[in-house]
Amino acid sequence: MTDFLKNTLGLSPAVADALVVFIAVNILVAFVAGSAIFFIWLERKVCGRIQDRLGPTRVGGKFGWLQTIADGIKLLVKEDLIPGDADQMLFRLGPYIAFCGAFMAFIALPFADGWVAKPLSIGVFFMLAVMSTEVFGIILAGYGSGSKWALFGGMREAAQMVSYEVPMALCVLVPVIVAGSMDLNYVAKQQDWLWNWYVFHDPFTFVAFWTYFCCATAQCKRAPFDLAEAESELVAGFHTEYSGLRWSFFFMAEYGAMFAVSGIAVNLFLGGWNIGFLPNWIQAHMGIFANLLGVVVFVLKAWLLVFVMMWVRWTLPRLRIDQVMMTCLKYLLPISCALLLGVGLWQALMPVIVGRIFSIVLCALSVAALGWLVYTLLTTFTKLPSGGVPNLWTPTGSARRDLAKT
Amino acid sequence: MDSPYSLLFWPLAALIAVSAIAMVVTQNIVRAATWLLFTLAGVAGIFFLLGADFVGATQLLVYVGGTLVLVVFGVMLTAQGPFISMKIGAGEWAIAATVGIGFFSVLAYALINFNLEIPSTPTQATAPAPSLTDPQQAAAKPPRSLAPSIVLGTALLGFESATPVEPLTGVQNVPASLVSPGVPNATPSGLPRPPRLRTRMAYLLPFEIVSVHLLVVLIGAAYLARSKRRRGVTP
Amino acid sequence: MTDSGWLQAYLLVGALLFVCGALCMATKRNAIGILMGVELVLNGATVNFVAFASFNPAFQIEGQIFALFVIVLAAAEAAVALAIVLNFYNNHTTVDVDTAEELKG
Repeated sequence: MTDFLKNTLGLSPAVADALVVFIAVNILVAFVAGSAIFFIWLERKVCGRIQDRLGPTRVGGKFGWLQTIADGIKLLVKEDLIPGDADQMLFRLGPYIAFCGAFMAFIALPFADGWVAKPLSIGVFFMLAVMSTEVFGIILAGYGSGSKWALFGGMREAAQMVSYEVPMALCVLVPVIVAGSMDLNYVAKQQDWLWNWYVFHDPFTFVAFWTYFCCATAQCKRAPFDLAEAESELVAGFHTEYSGLRWSFFFMAEYGAMFAVSGIAVNLFLGGWNIGFLPNWIQAHMGIFANLLGVVVFVLKAWLLVFVMMWVRWTLPRLRIDQVMMTCLKYLLPISCALLLGVGLWQALMPVIVGRIFSIVLCALSVAALGWLVYTLLTTFTKLPSGGVPNLWTPTGSARRDLAKT
Repeated sequence: MDSPYSLLFWPLAALIAVSAIAMVVTQNIVRAATWLLFTLAGVAGIFFLLGADFVGATQLLVYVGGTLVLVVFGVMLTAQGPFISMKIGAGEWAIAATVGIGFFSVLAYALINFNLEIPSTPTQATAPAPSLTDPQQAAAKPPRSLAPSIVLGTALLGFESATPVEPLTGVQNVPASLVSPGVPNATPSGLPRPPRLRTRMAYLLPFEIVSVHLLVVLIGAAYLARSKRRRGVTP
Repeated sequence: MTDSGWLQAYLLVGALLFVCGALCMATKRNAIGILMGVELVLNGATVNFVAFASFNPAFQIEGQIFALFVIVLAAAEAAVALAIVLNFYNNHTTVDVDTAEELKG
């Protein structure tokens, strides 16, 4: 795009570069904000369905599409309250630092082959580094609120996030060792066919994927690791005193971080933007649409991982803070160290043919398991007494039993 | 430094200057930590601007995400009340300001009058990355320069990196982000050199020593900070 | 601006950080404030290293390796210093360094 602006429009290099940066940043901000809107709606729908109810259904038609917009308008017109005891500067600063930390990670996240805001040779390391600056926003919010719930929540949250960065970075190193580069574009380009995906590459990367997902869920302060923002324990943790737009900044930061860590997982383990079939044909015959298809595939995969995070949140009970720290330091950290050692030995000692056979076998087993799961889910649909198939509007479970009694 | 982003130096330098001075001036310790955060973030930006992106990312990860959080935890653990501040007298402020300004002017004078002879480098104009698959093209163009992280890694192992390292899976095209202008290669003939052992030191031994050092520090700090409160302490 | 001019600008930033760190160490009464001053001093030195590394091709990678080691060792030193401060707090219930007048406890 820089060349286009320089050559076609004849702008000076500095102006062209600045314009490219401006456009790229705007695209990314629009994407992150749009994703946040979608995620808030998705969260409420998923939460409702898991809790055997429907979720938002009134605003914007049958499915409540515009619920998030309504929520956003409500947050915008709320009174901007700052507690009397709050440290004025730090209270104001907290949400912005958290949001900047979560958003800067998107600079190095490739959405398709070559479609990165800034191709960095240390891509994934840079993303982890800037996401670690989010911790300070939490600390400032917790301290600056001037309330003890916020302070406790903020400190616990900071301890949790900082502790979980260590096994997360070690798990990220596992596919980096396999690929030989920290550049996410390069790592994802290696995973063209389904059996080349790093999650199937060797047992250590397979376990690393699940361990990374646990650490990423904890890093994003999502349940079951969300003690610091739990309503029943600490009112609302570090964002107790925040209302309106300031609160929404924290939530944009949270959903942005969720998408960013899911994006890292997709690029490192799940093949990035590749569908898994016919990569050369797509590349050769589709031109620009290959990249657009790649973006769609990547975003869908990342959204799937975010959906899994939400699913886990509303299914599993919350861990206590000492259980959270114990999980990190006594279980996940030794596991990730062992994985790092294992993958290094596998890369160095295993003959290539064993590795290929293993990845093909594991891929086949995973596809078979996934197929069995989908088949089971589809065939255990119970039919309604009237003979129809349940749709999104049919009450299920206990509501159906109550209806059947009348 | 002819990169188009070199104008970014001034905002970063302003951020660093304002934050560092604010950190000295402020009385509240948590605000001082916040100004330190901005200073460290500004320094990380300077590192990125100078092309040391690995060092910049390490600065963010270790300093901002680690050391600063540690410092703030220390502040919280040793706090004696909300927003307590320990003030120093006006006379001390005057002495501090005088000494500070004097010290800085001495350093600035020395820097500006110091005759810095920078060895002439080949022009760092951005050349398009030649493809490895064309041997004639590779031989004719000057050797590409590598991203700092690759140079760092090979230096740690003790090799002088002069050729692009082939990735493990044997992909022919090294991606564009692994190549960056700005690391000049001193080969006079313009042909790529095979990697050879450095005539100067390798950095693997200090790296291992630092790892052991960190382990010792971990154990020592955990021992030193164990809680053994005195009985009957009245604050 | 010439290359030499840019280098001097970066070195001035490093010098400013060093001076502010030294002032912070001298003027803060809170022990943790002194620790923050040490961090500033180390950052100033690191900026110097990386600036020279970037402008002098002979020092290219040594500067960055030095910077990495400085960052790691500064983190280690901050941990130990904080442990000492916590120990001091356990004994004196305050972190005001003006109370550290006796060589005991």
